[in-house]
Amino acid sequence: MAIKKLTGAEIFLRVLKDQGVDVVFGYPGGVTLSLYDEIYKQNRLRHVLTRHEQAAVHAAEGYARSTGKPGVVLVTSGPGATNTVTGLADALMDSIPVVCIAGQVPTALIGNDAFQEADTTGITRSCTKHNNLVKDVDHLARVLHEAFYIATHGRPGPVMVDLPKDVINARGVYVGPDKVRIKSYQPRVEGDIGLINRAVKLMAKAKQPIIYAGGGVINAGPAASACLEQLVHATGFPCTLTLMGLGAFPASDKHFLGMLGMHGTYEANLAMHHCDVMLNVGARFDDRVTGKLDGFAPKAKKIHVDIDPSSINKNVLVDIAIVGDAGRVLEDMVKAWKSTQAKAKALKSWWRKIDGWRAKKCLSYGNNGKLVKPQYILQRLQAEIKDRDVYVTTDVGQHQMWTAQYIHFEKPNRLMTSGGLGTMGYGLPAAVGVQIAHPEALVVVVTSEGSLQMNLQELATVDQYRLPIKILVLNNGYMGMVRQWQELFYGKRYSESRYQGEPDFVKLAEAYGIMGLQAERPDQVDGLIKKMLAHDGAVLANLRIDPTENVFPMIAAGASHHEMILGPKEPDLAETGEDVVLA
Amino acid sequence: MTAADENIQFHTIAILVNNEPGVLARVIGLFSGRGYNIESLTVAEVKHSENLSRITIVTSGTPMIIEQIKAQLERLVPVHRVSDLTVEGPFVKRELALVKVRGSGENRVESLRIADIFRARVVDSTNSSFVFEIVGDTGKLDAFVNLMAPLGLVDVARTGVAAIARGAAAL
Ligand SMILES: Cc1ncc(C[n+]2csc(CCOP(=O)(O)OP(=O)(O)O)c2C)c(N)n1
Ligand SMILES: [Mg+2]
Repeated sequence: MAIKKLTGAEIFLRVLKDQGVDVVFGYPGGVTLSLYDEIYKQNRLRHVLTRHEQAAVHAAEGYARSTGKPGVVLVTSGPGATNTVTGLADALMDSIPVVCIAGQVPTALIGNDAFQEADTTGITRSCTKHNNLVKDVDHLARVLHEAFYIATHGRPGPVMVDLPKDVINARGVYVGPDKVRIKSYQPRVEGDIGLINRAVKLMAKAKQPIIYAGGGVINAGPAASACLEQLVHATGFPCTLTLMGLGAFPASDKHFLGMLGMHGTYEANLAMHHCDVMLNVGARFDDRVTGKLDGFAPKAKKIHVDIDPSSINKNVLVDIAIVGDAGRVLEDMVKAWKSTQAKAKALKSWWRKIDGWRAKKCLSYGNNGKLVKPQYILQRLQAEIKDRDVYVTTDVGQHQMWTAQYIHFEKPNRLMTSGGLGTMGYGLPAAVGVQIAHPEALVVVVTSEGSLQMNLQELATVDQYRLPIKILVLNNGYMGMVRQWQELFYGKRYSESRYQGEPDFVKLAEAYGIMGLQAERPDQVDGLIKKMLAHDGAVLANLRIDPTENVFPMIAAGASHHEMILGPKEPDLAETGEDVVLA
Repeated sequence: MTAADENIQFHTIAILVNNEPGVLARVIGLFSGRGYNIESLTVAEVKHSENLSRITIVTSGTPMIIEQIKAQLERLVPVHRVSDLTVEGPFVKRELALVKVRGSGENRVESLRIADIFRARVVDSTNSSFVFEIVGDTGKLDAFVNLMAPLGLVDVARTGVAAIARGAAAL
């Protein structure tokens, strides 16, 4: 019997079905018409039309980060493909599984500067984990299945598949996902048990230990976060998280010291500085976390668990390096800890030190003026949502750091933020992806007027799919984070960081069929937040905040953890210890 | 120059990769994108039945950078194996050069004499030129080329280094 042949477009849909994909984010064009025609003919796969291809990738990232499943993107050739570059780079930096399929001009025209031709594989090579141009329809199914495998195995990341129009239209053989095996790519997931035992021994002897966890724990699935919690409770160690890791350990747990790094808490950064044993799980010693490298945790023996061998000893030399999946290694560590009856040395005096640092209340701020403080807004929001299962996305800037500081994430997969690339314009489209994945959930975007306007067109997507996303604009009229650096390090020369001329955000929201709200005074904040949360559709809430407010604590670029700048507002902070510099 | 520069080492790394479009661009892009050095690079298919190519790269960097280079190479999807010949034991390193010398009279005779000492072969000759083929390690080739310079050297083509471990073990 002859094997039944399918068209490239049919193969594409069949692959998505066999991979369990139920939604793609995309934007059509000339060379993908046959794919879109196939999508039109069926009802199983949902297509979400964004208003820009960059937004389609961020939406797929939001979908992926909030579900743990890969996000899928479909775009056309040339400008469609080049528009995805920022999104792909973002997904690469934050290790987010995304499969992006781009149309390409027919193979016979490749290299001829054909209409809407771009060297998509060349352009995206360094912003994807892997990419591929399919030239033969008989390879299409395999390459697409491989794309899913690569995106989701080992350290996750974006994979681009470039599909020429003639391949989409040709007929070829389908192979299922079970037939796919990539000989050259077999990442290690199980940690070396000997090394795990050595790590546990080291941890048992520690007097001032700390666990520092990151996005790798979230990528390893909710079970990994559960293991992290078990390890913290078994050992009694304090735990801090990176921006990418927030939610991997419950914020309300008394062992949690808050986020660390450039805008981390006083207690987290000082505990990192003074620790004698550091366990890093699924974090990569990013420069925003370590500060000056030779001043980073100078007394600590360091253990690093990471699925990506290239993360190990890249920035910081460690004493024990364990390559493996964060969840598997944590599980083995908990077992090893329990079976060796390892007992943490009395950590009382360490906790006493930590409690002393906590008593500084580094996140307190002055709140008696006429202007609204962003911290106050987020505290009020936190109070309103604390008993609900909320998904939060952010953009990039001061509002992002305040969100990390003042919103408490109890579970993994609840914070979607652009960590590694720091992409302004990420928040709104990411929320689209999150809300599509969780239609019933409360999804809040915390943003500011600058970032929001980088992908503002997505308000139309929000409207089209009736997504009840709540957009909270902390409007300071500035690129707040840029303004803060100019104030602190550039003699208050506010070069090009002030937005002069801005839309009426309430009218703008209404123009898109979305509820618009506005507040300027502190006494209006509570009402606005309640109204926003009570509305069953999308809301854009524009809050004017104190434009001069800065994010503290802060470690200046190139400084060490103990050289933290605390906020100026709290009188109590004036008598700080030797460790602190005042702003 | 920082203190780290004193710690620069040269390593010869052999990489077994799928012979597929873009694989070389991926490897080279990794080096340029992350600011690693390429002193020499060679590539050719070595196992047609399995569609495998072998890339030999001579690179330089601090021990930490060299470790990074290897880990980053391993991470590339079409890469099967990365072997640091410099640390894995003794290995043989060879390069081939084609060297064109133009001249007449005394210089011509002298170039032939030196070629003989270096065991270089004449692979092309005209009344006014020779093309020599010479095989050896990089230092030997450098020396030969330098000696030819005053004798009418006009063109050099070098393959870059190919290297393989001594003994029975294979990549
Ligand atoms: C696409 C992009 N361009 C530029 C930057 C540099 N940048 C970082 S934060 C920031 C200011 C962001 O302003 P806004 O969105 O208003 O947030 P705020 O800091 O005021 O909360 C800028 C310009 C960036 N991160 N991303
Ligand atoms: Mg702003």
